[in-house]
Amino acid sequence: MNATLDTTTVEATVEATDTPEVILSIKNLVKDFPIGQSNNKKNFMRAVNDVSFDLRKGEALAIVGESGSGKSTGARILSRIYEKTSGDISFKGQPLQEYIKENGSLEYARQVQMIFQDPFGSLNPVHSIYHHIARPLLIHKRGDKVTVKKLVHELLELVGLFPAAETAEKFPHELSGGQRQRVAIARALAVDPEVILADEPISMLDVSVRLGILNLMADLRDKHGISFMYITHDIATARYFAEKTAVMYVGHMVEWGNSDKVTQTPKHPYTQLLLSAVPEAGNSGRRELGAKKGEIPLWRPDTKGCPFASRCPRALDKCSDSFPEVTQVAEDHFIRCFNI
Amino acid sequence: MSKALLEIKNLCVDYVSPNGIARAVNNVSLEIAPGETLGIAGESGCGKSTLAFAIARLHKSPALISEGKVLYEGRDVLTMSEKELRAFRWNDVSVVFQSAMNSLNPVITIGEQLTDVIVAHKRITYKEATLKAVELLAIVGLHGDRLGSFPHQLSGGMRQRVVIAIALALEPKLIIMDEPTTALDVVVEREILNELYDLKEKFGFSILFISHDLSLMGEIADRIGVMYAGNLIEIGDAKTVFSNPSHPYTKGLIASFPTIHGPKVRLYGIPGDPVNLLRLPKGCNFSTRCTECVDICKTDEPALIDLHLDYQAACHQIVRNK
Amino acid sequence: MSNLTNTEVSDGTDNHSEFKQKLKNGFNKFIAFFQGNPPGIIGGILITMILLGALFAPVLSSHDPEKRVARPHVAPNAEHVLGTTRSGRDVYSQVLQGARKTLSVALFAGIIATTIAVAVGVTSGYFGGKIDEWMNFITNVFLVFPQLPLLIVLAAFLGQVGSMVITILLGVTSWPWGARVIRSQTMAIRSKEFIIAAEVMGESKVRIILVEILPNLISIVFGGFLGTVIYAMGAEAGLGILGLGDATEVSWGSMLYWAQTSSSLYTGAWWEMIVPATALALTGGALALLNMSIDQVSNPKLKTGPHMKLWKKLKHDADKRRGLV
Repeated sequence: MNATLDTTTVEATVEATDTPEVILSIKNLVKDFPIGQSNNKKNFMRAVNDVSFDLRKGEALAIVGESGSGKSTGARILSRIYEKTSGDISFKGQPLQEYIKENGSLEYARQVQMIFQDPFGSLNPVHSIYHHIARPLLIHKRGDKVTVKKLVHELLELVGLFPAAETAEKFPHELSGGQRQRVAIARALAVDPEVILADEPISMLDVSVRLGILNLMADLRDKHGISFMYITHDIATARYFAEKTAVMYVGHMVEWGNSDKVTQTPKHPYTQLLLSAVPEAGNSGRRELGAKKGEIPLWRPDTKGCPFASRCPRALDKCSDSFPEVTQVAEDHFIRCFNI
Repeated sequence: MSKALLEIKNLCVDYVSPNGIARAVNNVSLEIAPGETLGIAGESGCGKSTLAFAIARLHKSPALISEGKVLYEGRDVLTMSEKELRAFRWNDVSVVFQSAMNSLNPVITIGEQLTDVIVAHKRITYKEATLKAVELLAIVGLHGDRLGSFPHQLSGGMRQRVVIAIALALEPKLIIMDEPTTALDVVVEREILNELYDLKEKFGFSILFISHDLSLMGEIADRIGVMYAGNLIEIGDAKTVFSNPSHPYTKGLIASFPTIHGPKVRLYGIPGDPVNLLRLPKGCNFSTRCTECVDICKTDEPALIDLHLDYQAACHQIVRNK
Repeated sequence: MSNLTNTEVSDGTDNHSEFKQKLKNGFNKFIAFFQGNPPGIIGGILITMILLGALFAPVLSSHDPEKRVARPHVAPNAEHVLGTTRSGRDVYSQVLQGARKTLSVALFAGIIATTIAVAVGVTSGYFGGKIDEWMNFITNVFLVFPQLPLLIVLAAFLGQVGSMVITILLGVTSWPWGARVIRSQTMAIRSKEFIIAAEVMGESKVRIILVEILPNLISIVFGGFLGTVIYAMGAEAGLGILGLGDATEVSWGSMLYWAQTSSSLYTGAWWEMIVPATALALTGGALALLNMSIDQVSNPKLKTGPHMKLWKKLKHDADKRRGLV
């Protein structure tokens, strides 16, 4: 029974190898959702189209996109809330289905945890904080009735909720949004996961509290080797927290790589649009956006071309016919565009 | 002083709850000049939305405007009769709320909502009002065809544009905007901001812009006021508030926004959690979270003092350092 | 995880004091429910009195309710506090005895109906899909069942219907409304993130339904239960007065039946009819008040407590200061 996180082995591993191992590998992921029916034939919308990325051990990858970009859908497929339509997902080198067959879905659930956007919705109002953190410990047999209490208190202190014993007895409505989100993180940590999928964890929190949560996540990554997939619409926090950033638009991954490269020298027109739109105090007055005003299109399985073509200032004819292949523009910096 | 379009004097707003009386706005005074954009920044519970509601006298029980005056062009809104209030609302001051879906009626068309507003305040026929509605939609960049659409048929950005059009319908001199772009994607937000700049130039109205997004405010506001737990703790011109803040809370708030182009350093935000209005600490409301707190902060409430021309802050530390 | 030393020593006494603490918390919550809650207090007191009356009926009765003990239609006096019936039976003793029958029919019908409603509603709401479709179909069938006509037909067929049959029938036909409400509430809770979190955590579906979802439904389930009890009580009385119940058993419904057949109101013996009618009204009213107070707990905005009075006073003072009053 592994009752404590063994930090010594983790640190040694990270130092020993140059590039950390790949924990989660996603290739050509596609997800379609049915939307209504006509003449007994179901209509589908494509939420995720041909998305590939790797998540390495102890690394934070930010997935940035606006609404409708498919960023949350990707995370929910990885936590098996949704079934993928096609594509390959590998966990620790093994195809996911195989891994689950060998080790059970409970074991996968233990290793890949999720925290959600709404601090008010992610905790059950009728149960105490103790219950929320003790349940995963008991389900995954990380302690028995006697040792669980000690573990719960340790976890609460790990996420910065002092005094732990007092907090454990409270109910969700007695805590602030930031505190609830810390409880959600403690709950995810309870089972000693390899990966935490964080779906917009700070967007519903007060501004002054957000950094505390991001810093906590950064500490967990650095000191405990937990990999993070950080989903957000805010590219500034993506750059702050994650080493790698991927930009998504209407279900397509258009640019990805090292966070500084992507945010300081963006090469894809959509990323450039996104960055020029972000408010920054000091600029004042009108700022013209490089792109045409447009609606976010509804993507179907048979829709062709680049999703940004209708708004792109650099659009070519072939952009409406097919979605570009991957181009490497610098070390650890990739985009999918015909007109670089 | 009499040049100000809107003058708020010592305004206090209380909420009476089963657990006690919470003072949401505590003795706030400020002015808005004609054509000026004043931003009010703060987090949840600071009282900024309560302040905005009070200006248009929108509060219902259990909220209560217990003290103070709201002077619009010299007349106190809080003592206006029902008739005067109706004339005042929307003609002189209009409000854009946070979520368009909260302010648009989902079961009637956009066109009807526009014409209803116009006809309610002006003596013109429905036909003329419809023409005006088409004009308004064009001003915010929407096609007249949209008159027949229902709110759910429009995207978030379009809905917010409709709400702005409704706010402009009677050409008010002051528009109160309560987090108008918070629920929108950043690109749409930028588009709407651009439109706001154009509209402001064209019509010359003042804006009271309420948001928690200080970076956004740093861009569009002429002056910025910062509120915490019901108190106005700093107010002055936008550039100075940003580059040289005086109050520890303002400093902390600015440090809570990672920038895209700045250096990559660890930021800390503000320690602790937002304060509970029913259990305020003795002395300065910010004392429990302040990194520069000293003894006097725990006993005496700091008052707003003038630091330089048109710039005020409320903190004991500033007095000491002056 | 951390190098903290464990300063707590866990021993058996912790469990005991924890249990006592839990009891205390529960008791405090119970008391807090009634504070500042006039409907709850009034309803609670009334229903307690009625239940105690029913429970201790044999002890509290002054006479044997089924025997003739005086002359018929005697007006209320010292010996027969609520008068006597056409057959010379003591109304006071009858109304106490009748409470037992009527209340037990209503309560058990309520329990049966609520159990079915919860089972159908939660399953339907949680699993969705085909299960939901089937459950909806069944719910709709039972929803349009005409209960009273069914009972009348059954009674006509069997001669008369005993209270057991009435209980079961009412229970088995009054659940659809509650099931629908529970279903939509379950669906609302199901999409909440704490349920998704529990699923991602590996919690079993059964545990999720019982431990995570059900506790959130307690107030509407209880409200539905009380509503069904009120309805069943009325139905039982309705059947009774129509003569379709067992007229030989003493219940409020049968009391009304006998009062009606003996034209008690006509002959001026108003007590024979008014007493059971008032008993029904009071019980129904008490239950309705309790129901109302539960609504207030789950939706605090409905509270019209002392703070509203305070608000009115403060507003008046503020208006005075402004010269508006």
